Amino acid sequence: MNNKPKTETVVAATASLPPEVRIVLKVNGAVKQIEVAPWTTLLDALREHLGLTGTKKGCDHGQCGACTVLVNGRRINSCMTLAVMQDGAEITTIEGLAEGDVLHPMQEAFVEHDAFQCGYCTPGQICSAVGLIEEGRAKSPSEIRELMSGNICRCGAYTGIVAAVRQVMGTKKEGGGQ
Amino acid sequence: MTTSYIGKPISRVDGRAKVTGEAKYAAEYHVPDLAYGWIVSSAIARGKILAIDAEEALRLPGVLHVFTHKDTEHLALSSRDFSDEVAPPGSPFRPLDGDEVLYNMQPVALVVADSLELARYAASLIRVEYDLEPHATDLEAERAKAYLPRPRRGLPPPPPPRGDVQKALAESAVRHEGEYRAPTEHQNPMELFATTVIRDEGGGLIVYDKTQGVQNVQNYLCGIFGCSKDDLRVVSPFVGGGFGSGLRPQHQVFLAVLAARELKRSVRVAMTRQQMFSLTHRPATWQKVVLGAASDGRLLAVTHDAISETSRFEDYSEPVVHWSGHLYRCDNGEFSHGVVPLDVYSPGDMRAPGATWGMYALECAMDELAVGAGIDPLELRLKNYSDWDRNADKQFSSKELRACYQQAAERFGWAARKPEPRSMRDGNSLIGWGMATGIWEAFQMKAGARALLTADGRLTVSSAASDIGPGTYTAMTQIAADTLGLPIEKVTFKLGDSSFPKSPVEGGSWTTSSNGSAVKAACEKIREKLFESARAISGSPLAGVGLGDVTFTEGQIRVSGDRTRAVSLIDAMRNGGVTAIEEEASPALSRKQNSYSRFSHSAIFAEVRIDQDLGTIQVPRVVSAIAGGRIINPKTARSQVSGGIVWGIGMALHEESVMDHAFGRFMNHNLVDYHVPVNADVHDIEVIFVEERDDIVNPLGVKGLGEIGIVGVGAAIANAVFHATGKRIRDLPITLDKLM
Repeated sequence: MNNKPKTETVVAATASLPPEVRIVLKVNGAVKQIEVAPWTTLLDALREHLGLTGTKKGCDHGQCGACTVLVNGRRINSCMTLAVMQDGAEITTIEGLAEGDVLHPMQEAFVEHDAFQCGYCTPGQICSAVGLIEEGRAKSPSEIRELMSGNICRCGAYTGIVAAVRQVMGTKKEGGGQ
Repeated sequence: MTTSYIGKPISRVDGRAKVTGEAKYAAEYHVPDLAYGWIVSSAIARGKILAIDAEEALRLPGVLHVFTHKDTEHLALSSRDFSDEVAPPGSPFRPLDGDEVLYNMQPVALVVADSLELARYAASLIRVEYDLEPHATDLEAERAKAYLPRPRRGLPPPPPPRGDVQKALAESAVRHEGEYRAPTEHQNPMELFATTVIRDEGGGLIVYDKTQGVQNVQNYLCGIFGCSKDDLRVVSPFVGGGFGSGLRPQHQVFLAVLAARELKRSVRVAMTRQQMFSLTHRPATWQKVVLGAASDGRLLAVTHDAISETSRFEDYSEPVVHWSGHLYRCDNGEFSHGVVPLDVYSPGDMRAPGATWGMYALECAMDELAVGAGIDPLELRLKNYSDWDRNADKQFSSKELRACYQQAAERFGWAARKPEPRSMRDGNSLIGWGMATGIWEAFQMKAGARALLTADGRLTVSSAASDIGPGTYTAMTQIAADTLGLPIEKVTFKLGDSSFPKSPVEGGSWTTSSNGSAVKAACEKIREKLFESARAISGSPLAGVGLGDVTFTEGQIRVSGDRTRAVSLIDAMRNGGVTAIEEEASPALSRKQNSYSRFSHSAIFAEVRIDQDLGTIQVPRVVSAIAGGRIINPKTARSQVSGGIVWGIGMALHEESVMDHAFGRFMNHNLVDYHVPVNADVHDIEVIFVEERDDIVNPLGVKGLGEIGIVGVGAAIANAVFHATGKRIRDLPITLDKLM
């Protein structure tokens, strides 16, 4: 985390920089209070201010999906929203999916199906897949492919990703029927 | 060696780190007081910087400095040589060195500030004034200026001419002549190029860099800044993809180290996705292939000429035409490769450099010849099958390409193909089936590894390799565990640190063969020591047997075939009076290798489905059979080849860096306009590993899989598009407008 100059000092020195804004984010269950520039993205807030580097930056333009996190349960590109817009929001990042040493079923499935290579898009893929299942829209493999297409994997691990999502989806369904 | 792990589909040993976000990449190391650099890119392709006005940026509190070419004038950099182990011949680009602009989006300044947000904002306030000079960026327009590139280290020139091509062509019953065009492509790994330099109080630097070669970067930086390797360590345990883009040090690492040294601060510099389009790339390439054959399909003549782009400061070339000299049996051939200097950054290696374009052209041409001769494309390949490398005049160390053809064709159901174009339909869709061959060289480079066995039975092995995604951590762990017969949980492999034993860059599909052989050799040295100690125990159950008679398994040294005669590794160490055994090895390459040509091969069969009205192209399935020697880990190997096939889909249908020649700038420099395959573009992919034994290629018998997966895929899809539509598209990518 940074030792950033205090808001007040910045304002006193020049009018050309707007003051930093104090916000509260509930990240992975923990309440975090931070001061960010009005134009700090949620992605940069996570990575640079909160040290949660599991969320990745691949384009900073909402084009690759590497920065996908869950905000109030919905998957979004964290580079496409300002941190100040999420004041008070509940955010789940890749660091918040496992329970202690026990991986989230989606994380387990990604390892089992080798649904990644370099691993850089992986946190975004996993958060996106968790969000996808919550949405309940994808039923078939082709729907999974379509609805996971906002997350680019340059290593081309797509067949593994689809297999992992299908596995978790199947388990969930069985669980729901009991 | 017993193989409890080699050949088994072990899940990645670093999988947990990657799915939990614990795996740290270059831009993810933090220290208090970290400063942030933001790169300002040139707005022109060629000219001179007249002035850089940074006043407004510097007025902002928290902006520390704006580095420009003025800052490097009095730095007394100890060397003006910015070369590196992968540099092609020429004069490497030197960031912020002088006022000359050599390509669009060249770095012209680095703004350093207390925060990322501030650095980025301040960079937007920098005004640069240029003296604009005319530029040339169009390969097609400049093609007549092609010259023979200065030879590149490790790359032989195209094979010399043989036979009498003109005579053979005159005698050919069937001839094909085609020009094939391929665009510039960018590697676009998901991770942005970034460097975090952590500076200690004494001025020592740890450079966390996105690179495919930590020692290459260390040598580069120490050469430039004149510092000792003890004071500058390069570390890169995780790399978010490379595909060749990280083989050479990129400018952000120089800029970050420059800023850290000058400002005496820890500094992070990350590029934007847009800026990554100003780096190395697969060169736009023009090719012409001429084939002549007898009426039965026997090849009588082959000529293959290529002209590709390079920069004005380096001669980058790659093996585009070589493959046509030995993939098929043919007595008459001519081959050439020229380069055209353009006002662009130097092209560089991108997954299967040269082969990707060259085999696209050759394998499309073979398909066209098959159509002309009325022969099945697979039959044409088999008819011209070569068991001898005509280029090198050597036999192959192994070549199971026939088995690849047979197994992939069978799995695909090729026999059911109707040869006529537009003859296979499904509703409103045209179905096309195409095939092609793939080939890549099986290299081994000199590499080192260190192994440390401690009394608790744990083994730690290290080498300064990278793992850009293929699964190096996992494969090396498997090799080490099997060599010493240890449970895999007891073995840790470490890489990505310049202080580890010497390693080449991770590229060329040579990491498992090179570093893997070193890991094996280091562990074998430990075996010898353990065996000596075990045999020296008084009344040793191993008395009277040799190293060749024992097996290392389950933490024991056992007489092969006799479970009762065994000594545990721990007892062996205890008897030797040691608490740890450390060995380093850097095995010499076998001389025997040189008498053989060593290649991996593949056969790819692809189906396309094309909407008759809209021209949209889907690839419902691809079957690829690979002859890649021994497969260390079928799970990660399958992923690697499957990923290569996805790249092949991209090259065939999507990828193109579109240059606006008026500005000399790639206009689609983002991931929306530069299309890479997304999940919905990829359907069924089947990978078959053909049994291939090779005792010559390297001690492990592996051939490497990083490149072979992509080679030939573009041609198989292009050939399928022809089969579906009757249209032969000879310029990539095949987009729907070209089918209309």
